[in-house]
Amino acid sequence: MPKPNIKLKVSNLACRRAGRILFQELSFTLRSGEVLQVEGRNGCGKTTLLRTLCGLSRPVAGTIAWAGEDILSDFAAYAAELNYVGHHAGIKEELTPLENLDFAVAMHGVSKVTPEQALERIGLPFECENVVCRKLSAGQRRRVALARLLLSPGRLWILDEPFTALDVSGRELVETLLTEHVAGGGVAVVTSHHVVKLEGGVVQTLQLG
Amino acid sequence: MSLLRAGSALLRRDLSLAMRQRGQWLNPLLFFVLVVALFPLGLNPDPNLLRTIAPGVIWVGALLAAMLSLETLFRSDFDDGSLEQMALTSHPLALLVLAKSMAHWLVSGLPLLLMAPLLALLLNLESHAVLILLTTLALGTPLLSLIGGIGVALTVGLRRGGVLLSLLVLPLYVPVLIFAAGAVGNAQAGMAVTGQLAFLGALLALAIALAPLATAAALRISLD
Repeated sequence: MPKPNIKLKVSNLACRRAGRILFQELSFTLRSGEVLQVEGRNGCGKTTLLRTLCGLSRPVAGTIAWAGEDILSDFAAYAAELNYVGHHAGIKEELTPLENLDFAVAMHGVSKVTPEQALERIGLPFECENVVCRKLSAGQRRRVALARLLLSPGRLWILDEPFTALDVSGRELVETLLTEHVAGGGVAVVTSHHVVKLEGGVVQTLQLG
Repeated sequence: MSLLRAGSALLRRDLSLAMRQRGQWLNPLLFFVLVVALFPLGLNPDPNLLRTIAPGVIWVGALLAAMLSLETLFRSDFDDGSLEQMALTSHPLALLVLAKSMAHWLVSGLPLLLMAPLLALLLNLESHAVLILLTTLALGTPLLSLIGGIGVALTVGLRRGGVLLSLLVLPLYVPVLIFAAGAVGNAQAGMAVTGQLAFLGALLALAIALAPLATAAALRISLD
């Protein structure tokens, strides 16, 4: 069950890319049940912000704290809470969706549902489960990547343009998943040009650049 | 326990990927065979000459074949985002790197080892020297994968890292080449080889312990 103290706190964050300061003095706090939608024109640092929140990129200044602890002080514990779906899907083209998810489960060591259930939930047709991902459409591959979200019990979702390549039913599905996630006490950071509508939960908006 | 499960899943995944993309293990192997087979054609096919140059030729061939296959270690994982997913698990990246290096050796190093006796025959190497050759390959080719991993990790973020990779990695390969080819040469001359083999073994032990740490650190820089 989600603990009440779950909180992502970003203070005075500054990030740099290719020698240029993208943003600085960025602060926000996300509590259980909240979604942060990051907006801004292309190249304003949305992806950099997300990668920094994941701990992949180092900020120039500022701190990121999860549940009151700096994320770098116990990165393994933070990584166990983290679910990141980036620009690159992180799935192997030469493996089938099922093999990809089996691998994700083995890497994280825990899973809430079986890979088959996750694929069914995410709306991947049954006959695609054993076709190598290279032969699937871009939207179907995106769905496989998003199916990872259902496996891990992590409470922080960081999604970079999750609606890309998805059809209307796919976008609705992502919104449903986000709604369920925050209703269960989770937190999400999402970049999107699409207005995220949730049935419940709070959507904060952050305008970059 | 969960670390062991993650490591073995990674190893299995890389092996099944290699089985599906046969070029990954066939290309270095074919290259190795071609390079070694061309020497008797280009040089005088005198058995004594071939025997003299055999250790060097086979080892240079193995070294270049290993270099050819290095990019496959992290390139596709970097490009499709699998690598950042690995960096975001709660397992130490260095141990996942070790599993990947092991898979890389099984795919690109072990076939060379299995092919070497045939090539040794082609170059007229005596049977006891073949045994030493196989020992040096068994100790040396994992070293090539482990050391090469550091170079690949440093250059994987660059679009055209190929030449830079060779420049970074080749100097580190030179000691392996000298000691391995030296051991086989000594075996042919009937001299002791324990010194060279012990040195290769020590290098391998050191590389298993330290190279994954360096590779993991380099990967984090490349992912930034």
